[in-house]
Amino acid sequence: MQDLGIRVLFLGNNFARLLQGLWITIRISLIAVALSIVFGVLLGILMTVKNPVIKAMTKIYLEFIRIMPQLVLLFLVFFGLTKSYGINLSGETSAIIVFTLWGTAEMGDLVRGALISIPKHQYESGAAIGLTKWQVYRYVIIPQILTRLVPLAINLTTRMIKTTSLVALIGVVEVLKVAQQIIEANRYTVPDSALWIYGTIFFLYFFACWPISLVAKRLEKKWKTT
Amino acid sequence: MLTIRDVRKSFQENEVLKGVSIEVEKGDVVVILGPSGSGKTTLLRSINFLERADSGTLDWEDIHLDLKHASRKDVALIRKKTAFVFQNYNLFKNKTALENVMEGLTVARKVPKKEAEKIAKEALDKVGLSERYDYYPSQLSGGQQQRVGIARAVAVNPDIILFDEPTSALDPELVGEVLNVIKTLAKEGTTMIVVTHEIKFAQEVANKVVFMDGGFVVEEGSANEIFNHPKEERTQQFLRRILPDYDYAI
Ligand SMILES: Nc1ncnc2c1ncn2[C@@H]1O[C@H](COP(=O)(O)OP(=O)(O)O)[C@@H](O)[C@H]1O
Ligand SMILES: [Mg+2]
Repeated sequence: MQDLGIRVLFLGNNFARLLQGLWITIRISLIAVALSIVFGVLLGILMTVKNPVIKAMTKIYLEFIRIMPQLVLLFLVFFGLTKSYGINLSGETSAIIVFTLWGTAEMGDLVRGALISIPKHQYESGAAIGLTKWQVYRYVIIPQILTRLVPLAINLTTRMIKTTSLVALIGVVEVLKVAQQIIEANRYTVPDSALWIYGTIFFLYFFACWPISLVAKRLEKKWKTT
Repeated sequence: MLTIRDVRKSFQENEVLKGVSIEVEKGDVVVILGPSGSGKTTLLRSINFLERADSGTLDWEDIHLDLKHASRKDVALIRKKTAFVFQNYNLFKNKTALENVMEGLTVARKVPKKEAEKIAKEALDKVGLSERYDYYPSQLSGGQQQRVGIARAVAVNPDIILFDEPTSALDPELVGEVLNVIKTLAKEGTTMIVVTHEIKFAQEVANKVVFMDGGFVVEEGSANEIFNHPKEERTQQFLRRILPDYDYAI
């Protein structure tokens, strides 16, 4: 049994390091999603205004973010900003910026969809009782779309957690990077460590994302009936 | 008290209001009659700026506004002095009856929550919904929803309430309960403009009747003048159409 590759997990603090890597992954995703919700709501509102210039700008932003592979955006922010403007961003900050840009686009489009599905008269009755435009959004419209957006936001979070594996490429030591380091260090002593380490990561991702999807499903069901 | 002069409004090529004027004194119940499409809704909506008129003026005590160019501040001022009851109730569907009524108080007028709740409950009691504070619109009948709509309007203590066909969307058996609430308000001296096709109701409460057709005010006068002695051919035709057994004195 001594030869089983599973022992690689218990060498030194390997498992703790993997968990720590996973935590970085989750932290980046959560911060990015939180920011994306805030900016996404603003973007969604902007996308519904009549002003053609604002409309065109939001459209371009959306298309740009969608067409660009996230990796390109990551390199653009991490290397591009550093090299061209001398702004020194850590890998993690760059990752949060890029995922926020991406999440804002995704959320913005969802918010826009939710907003245009709210009948015009909900805005009007708000206006008629003396609410300002902003108050109408704050007290009437946003509460109505929130129930629809929360499951979508959670779904976005799981997608982000999965996509965060890319940030290893700009030097952030997240879970996959830790995995590679461990495998590398044990290449000769535990030749089949890759299977065990990646297998473990499979479950780590699963247990990070599964509860989140469960919550999303339950919320969706709960709000559908009310 | 409130004077609207020469309101014009077009949607694209379609001129819907062709210079409409209307005058309301404190305590007046002004009923607006007219065939569908004559611009009644648009007129009411222009008064509280849900629709931006192309021209026209609004005078209200010491407020004098150009309807087309009124500033955001002026719009806010007018909306605080008016309340609107919609044909389709238009309640906030994610809020209970009580919350619907409180919203205009707590948010728009910064009334403390406790006090707002007290006022809102009184308003709901007044329209006979003291048992329905915590119901959502989807759990209420049309008549009850419209009464919440009226309570929402009453609660903010407006100088004038604008009713746009408040009973047109209701099943016939629910019309009475809503009209009774409006009658009570009228008797208490609430100033209001009511667009309605309920002639009996109009005869009972209106002290001024305006007949509109094709974007114009065709004729106006007391309820007695309009219903019993209409001068204009178009008014007579309209009354004959909606009152099959109508027989006016010449
Ligand atoms: N938002 C709008 N866009 C285009 N046309 C409109 C709009 N609102 C009303 N109209 C048109 O204006 C005319 C008058 O409508 P309305 O004021 O609702 O009349 P009423 O309330 O007397 O039935 C109708 O021909 C209607 O189609
Ligand atoms: Mg109408």
